[in-house]
Amino acid sequence: MKNMLAKIIGIAALLAAVAVLPHFLKFYQQDFLIFLIINILVVVSYRLVTLTGEWSLIHAVMMGVGAYTSAMISKFYDISFWVSMPLAGVGAGLIAALLCFPLFRMTQFYFLIGSFAAGEAIRLCWIHFIRPFGGTGGISAIPSPELGSIDFLDPIPYHYLVMVVVTICLFILYRVEKSRIGLTLHAVHWKAPLAESVGVNTWRYRSLAFIIGSFFVGIAGALKVHYLGIVSPNQFGIGFMVFILIWVIVGGYKTFYGAILGAIVLSILDESLRELEELRPALYGAILIAAILYLPNGLESIPSKMREKFATPKEA
Amino acid sequence: MALLEVNNVTKRFGGLTALDQVSFSVNENEIHGLIGPNGAGKSTMFKNIAGFYSPTTGDILFSGQSITGKSPNRVASLGVVRTFQETTLFQELSVFQNVLVGCHLNARANVFSALLGLANSKNQSAERKTHKVLEFMGLSNRADQLGAELPLGSQRALAIAIALASEPRLLLMDEPFAGMNPEETQHMMDMTRKVRESGVTIVLVEHDMKAVMGLCENITVLNFGTLLAQGTPEEIRHNTKVIEAYLGGGSH
Repeated sequence: MKNMLAKIIGIAALLAAVAVLPHFLKFYQQDFLIFLIINILVVVSYRLVTLTGEWSLIHAVMMGVGAYTSAMISKFYDISFWVSMPLAGVGAGLIAALLCFPLFRMTQFYFLIGSFAAGEAIRLCWIHFIRPFGGTGGISAIPSPELGSIDFLDPIPYHYLVMVVVTICLFILYRVEKSRIGLTLHAVHWKAPLAESVGVNTWRYRSLAFIIGSFFVGIAGALKVHYLGIVSPNQFGIGFMVFILIWVIVGGYKTFYGAILGAIVLSILDESLRELEELRPALYGAILIAAILYLPNGLESIPSKMREKFATPKEA
Repeated sequence: MALLEVNNVTKRFGGLTALDQVSFSVNENEIHGLIGPNGAGKSTMFKNIAGFYSPTTGDILFSGQSITGKSPNRVASLGVVRTFQETTLFQELSVFQNVLVGCHLNARANVFSALLGLANSKNQSAERKTHKVLEFMGLSNRADQLGAELPLGSQRALAIAIALASEPRLLLMDEPFAGMNPEETQHMMDMTRKVRESGVTIVLVEHDMKAVMGLCENITVLNFGTLLAQGTPEEIRHNTKVIEAYLGGGSH
């Protein structure tokens, strides 16, 4: 109980800090913070997909599916953001459900390649079919959310909008992972034959994780493009997918907060190297290699490492 | 009527015939041994029944219904559940969670209550079931330990507990006595009898002859993928073909 209370206070303090933070930031930093919060939802929803042990390369594209869904619904049919955002999740979830039939006939590397191919196929559709997707230029002038007299073009109100939506989504994703569904997903990852032997349909659980993960990343996609006002195919290419992978791997995938840590630390690092211009990718790469060499279990392993370091001298 | 009927099952892997026209049947509520020298096809037979392999030809009936070629989770949902050789557990989960996964079939978790974080009567019944199974297998005091931390005997007991949580009618046990000392073997034999007394039929694949002879009412002997003999432990013990297969043949 004490532990639980400490956790709740910790999370409340963290949320309060994130809530006041934009008031101390410059305009472009406020932008950066909004995208960072959206990216946290991206990595945490990706984590749910990877719980069953299948790493996909389609998550960025599923984010795009949500983004396009919401952009098209709100622009072409003049439907409010408050309806189109949840529909973005539903759209991404539906496409994911259809893709389960071919994709989950494969596992491991084959699934990885298959998911990449399926994602590229979807992206090519956006480029090829100028109507309705707008080709390489995508769709611009996406309406921003409306609520009374609040101006969501201003970063601060949008920051609060993103914060509330992402917090709710993270809470739900956390609950799913800690539920019996989450337990079964872990079981499918660690010992699929044993899970099957007690009646678990592994295909169904892999699909379920993929659909739920896609639903939430679809919402993240909607949040992103309604702020930018533009959606285009190259926002959701393999480049962004590689960033998602790096955040999760460097952050660590054993705990719920590992991926969040990875996204935050690496994004801030990347941002603070901005002044170095050409040297930036090289330095970023060097830091990555160092992280993998010295922290193979991810940033999430730092607390337990620290504990060990401080505990050992006492015992000796 | 027999609970499990295996009719003329053949399994080929390319040019190799691992099982050749094997037939046998298992009666309701008996402990049935499946034995034979190494490479006799016991494990292959086992996997065919549990749905991990699909027979090349032949038929497997469970309770009068064909389960031939059905997937493992389908076979499990009909009441045929296997355990694995060695210690196949969810090493990273606690003992309690291990058994909770086993409750999948009879108290299925609901996606929407998980998404919305609702308390759900199925979850409560799964937890009750888990406590009951742990107590039955004598693991209650280890509920919070990790699967990987248990001693060998308890790991095997846990493997059976996971299977029992899915409420099987037929339990297929794959070498539950391998690597055990006499004391652990004795304990496992008592456990196996206890499981049978709870109404579960058991098929036992095992090398430990003392355990097989002590536990089984009927024994099927395989050799080189064919049926060699069938009968009570007493009959098998005095069957010249069986003695020859185990002692002669120069395979030792």
